[in-house]
Amino acid sequence: MVELDRRTIFEKSCCGRRAFSLPALGVPEAPLDDLVPAALRRAAPARLPEVSEVDLVRHFTGLSALNFGVDTGSYPLGSCTMKYNPKVNEVAARLEGFAGLHPYQPEALAQGALELMFELGQWLAEIAGLSRTTVQPAAGAHGELTGLLVIRAYHEARGRAPRKVIIPDTAHGTNPASVVIAGCTPVAVPSDPRGGVDLEALRGLLDDDVAALMLTNPNTLGVFDENIVEVARLVHEAGGLLYYDGANANAVLGVSRPGDMGFDVVHFNLHKTFSTPHGGGGPGAGPIVVSEALAPYLPAPLVERTEDGRYFFDHDRPQSIGKVRTFYGNFGVLVRAYTYIVSLGGEGLRRVSEMAVLNANYVLAGVRDLFELPYERRCMHEFVVSATPLKEHGVRALDVAKRLLDYGVHPPTTYFPQIVDEALMIEPTETESREDLDRVIAALRAIVGEAASDPQLLHDAPVSMPVRRLDEAEAARHPVLRQRFPEDAEGCA
Amino acid sequence: MLAAVGAASVDDLFSEIPEAVRRREPLALPAGLAEPEVLARLRRLAAADTPASALVSFLGAGVYDHHVPSMVDAVVSRSEFATAYTPYQPERSQGVLQATFEFQTAICELTGMAVSNASMYDAGTALAEASLLAGGQTRRGGIVLSAGVHPEYRQVLATETAGQGPRPELVELKQGAATDLEALAAAAGPDTAAVVVQQPNFFGALEDLGAAAAIAHAAGALFVVVADPLSLGLLEAPGVAGADIVVGEAQLLGNAMSFGGPGLGYMAVTRKLMRRIPGRLVGETVDLEGRRGFVLTLQTREQHIRRERATSNICSNHALNALAAVVYLSWLGKDGLPELGLHCARKAAYLRQRLLALPGVAAFTEGPVFREFAVRLPLPAIDLVEALVPAGFLAGVDAGRFAGRFGDGDALDDILLVAVTEQRTRAEMDDFVAAVRRHLAAEVTDG
Repeated sequence: MVELDRRTIFEKSCCGRRAFSLPALGVPEAPLDDLVPAALRRAAPARLPEVSEVDLVRHFTGLSALNFGVDTGSYPLGSCTMKYNPKVNEVAARLEGFAGLHPYQPEALAQGALELMFELGQWLAEIAGLSRTTVQPAAGAHGELTGLLVIRAYHEARGRAPRKVIIPDTAHGTNPASVVIAGCTPVAVPSDPRGGVDLEALRGLLDDDVAALMLTNPNTLGVFDENIVEVARLVHEAGGLLYYDGANANAVLGVSRPGDMGFDVVHFNLHKTFSTPHGGGGPGAGPIVVSEALAPYLPAPLVERTEDGRYFFDHDRPQSIGKVRTFYGNFGVLVRAYTYIVSLGGEGLRRVSEMAVLNANYVLAGVRDLFELPYERRCMHEFVVSATPLKEHGVRALDVAKRLLDYGVHPPTTYFPQIVDEALMIEPTETESREDLDRVIAALRAIVGEAASDPQLLHDAPVSMPVRRLDEAEAARHPVLRQRFPEDAEGCA
Repeated sequence: MLAAVGAASVDDLFSEIPEAVRRREPLALPAGLAEPEVLARLRRLAAADTPASALVSFLGAGVYDHHVPSMVDAVVSRSEFATAYTPYQPERSQGVLQATFEFQTAICELTGMAVSNASMYDAGTALAEASLLAGGQTRRGGIVLSAGVHPEYRQVLATETAGQGPRPELVELKQGAATDLEALAAAAGPDTAAVVVQQPNFFGALEDLGAAAAIAHAAGALFVVVADPLSLGLLEAPGVAGADIVVGEAQLLGNAMSFGGPGLGYMAVTRKLMRRIPGRLVGETVDLEGRRGFVLTLQTREQHIRRERATSNICSNHALNALAAVVYLSWLGKDGLPELGLHCARKAAYLRQRLLALPGVAAFTEGPVFREFAVRLPLPAIDLVEALVPAGFLAGVDAGRFAGRFGDGDALDDILLVAVTEQRTRAEMDDFVAAVRRHLAAEVTDG
């Protein structure tokens, strides 16, 4: 087999080659010394590659072929909601009337964009069952931080400064990390035998110092917390507020609203629930929706509408926490999510959740005899199984995940949530057909068969990828985080 | 399928949701639409905008209309990149991992730093993270901030770090709009975690990074530079001038303006700070057979491993924008970066000279600039901006919109911030100057 060319773009550099061209200057060619004095100029040029446009396009096309996206195949990555991203969203975001907007151009010239942000905020509020939305946060974790700062401001306006934030042991890692950045203290509450919040333990944690409880519902085990109304009552009674991590909102669109469950703040991951592409790790968007009581503390500006139908940014928000990012949010991502909601409508969104839950239950039914099921319950849009039965063959969840790559399926989330040993967290999403789901089931069944008959096959997996398993320990021991250049790389002969 | 899962109906699938919180009535949202209707609706909204890109725009202040080469969108539109998640499975994600490694390399080259992460949301949040990093490293609580740092970045810093309590202290600018270094030295003290300046600064003035670095280091603080990456084709790399952390906005590297988002934050640090940098890092390694490959590394800094002890809560970042940036920088190449910088500097110098020749227009930014500068007008800048829209010009950013954010006695209503990219032609600039002249003359007559 011919070796793959794994040279970086820097290593493909060829002296004097270029892709770049400049428009005509048209103004006097002022000498560089007159423009920027030598003392402020850089001594050595940045060693960017010298390549032609063809070199470049082939290089990055080659890299794309080493990647796997939702468009490549099934991507049942739990808690990430890797649904198909409709192409019409991309067309909409690239319309010049959106993509060509400068954030400081006069509002009168951006009425369409403002209307879009205003409407999207209203729709998200309806889906959340709450009142006001800010679209500023750039991602889910950023929404968490924003929501926690809003909660702090709410308490402070009432002369209180509670600092404890209660988080279940099943929570996403971003929850405790966001709490610390917000200047609060995370306190873990254990799960009960059905996978929900342990009410007794919760009662024991509630006191005057509780600022909030953060919850994902359905949680990361894929089960709905049946005690949510009681949980909300207890927390509110103690003076705390409820934060809804919307990472799993794909399960409950139009079926159950966080605001109706008793939550005061909700973030949505538009890149999960509302079909905007993940981009290999972003950009996403993490708007938050809050109750009327929390609205005064939202970041500024908010989009408002005058009685005569004109939209404007309201910067005059004296109780606002301030600003959590520059400008107004990840507008291009908002356009995609708006397009998705317009396409589906209210009924369509409900159908999304129904199909997502049906698909997850279908895959669960197809594989439940292979693994251990930590909670004998109906799952929602995702489920968690434990691969511990494979341990007798010396096979781990990681091996199953790597072998799935050879079957053309993206592996599920592994080893999370941490309270389930050898966890495999599977979220098929609503956009997979029955045939797609059958392929995922068949792959898992075949792999579990291989675990018994030929476990070495799983340890060796993947064998059909551009690389075999990579030495992550070595990468961390001796970090090489950038291209090294030979000493003489600067000179062009 | 219902039979396979043992459910009597779709409704039955949700039986574990208590009836009290089940929603039985439909969401109050519009009915769904077919694709032609969807596009018609979106086109109607987009047509209600007059984007800066359709006018002769001199807007900048962090977001610039540099040309985005056609091939950049062709690359980032490839759905193997666009529809992938964070590369947790490196064997099937070598594309985005290698591209990120190349991005990290390009940022290190531009900034003169040892380590770059995979990206941040934007310059404001990157600056907030830099301040938290500095606080953690120095165990100090004060941040000394030049008033030449973009007011929105400063506001994001103040908001996001409010919970942890670093106290930002503002150092005003001197005549000519560069940071007052004497005041900077006076402000930096034993409780200063970081000294922050922007290069070029908000008003386009070029800062003396070496002198500011010396002030920071003499106080035992870290030196943080907010740098425009395109300016670094001409200007000294902040790392060479002594920066410990470099952050900034990289929207201008191949990304659409898109109303200010998604842009691209970047962060680069010294080797010493490598284990404190927030966000994803890609490292080079080998596979079982000794072949080259790339992985996410040093993940014990991150929230999904370390939870409340993580260096940051960041998870999703701006990976696809970072891909656009490395494609764009490769398109510019080693010679293109300084050539583009010189081109912009020449055009900016030309326009600046012509504007300053108009009666009543005075310099606000003095000394050398890169592609942006501020002038003082004989009338409120917002009036000029609005008056010139019908003629097809976006005259610049009215500094008055940031009133109160530059320090005591800032009366900036008459300050206009003007940016000139390679997209502006001489004819456009000449027409613009003529339009400004006409407006000023008319105002003087009316007044």
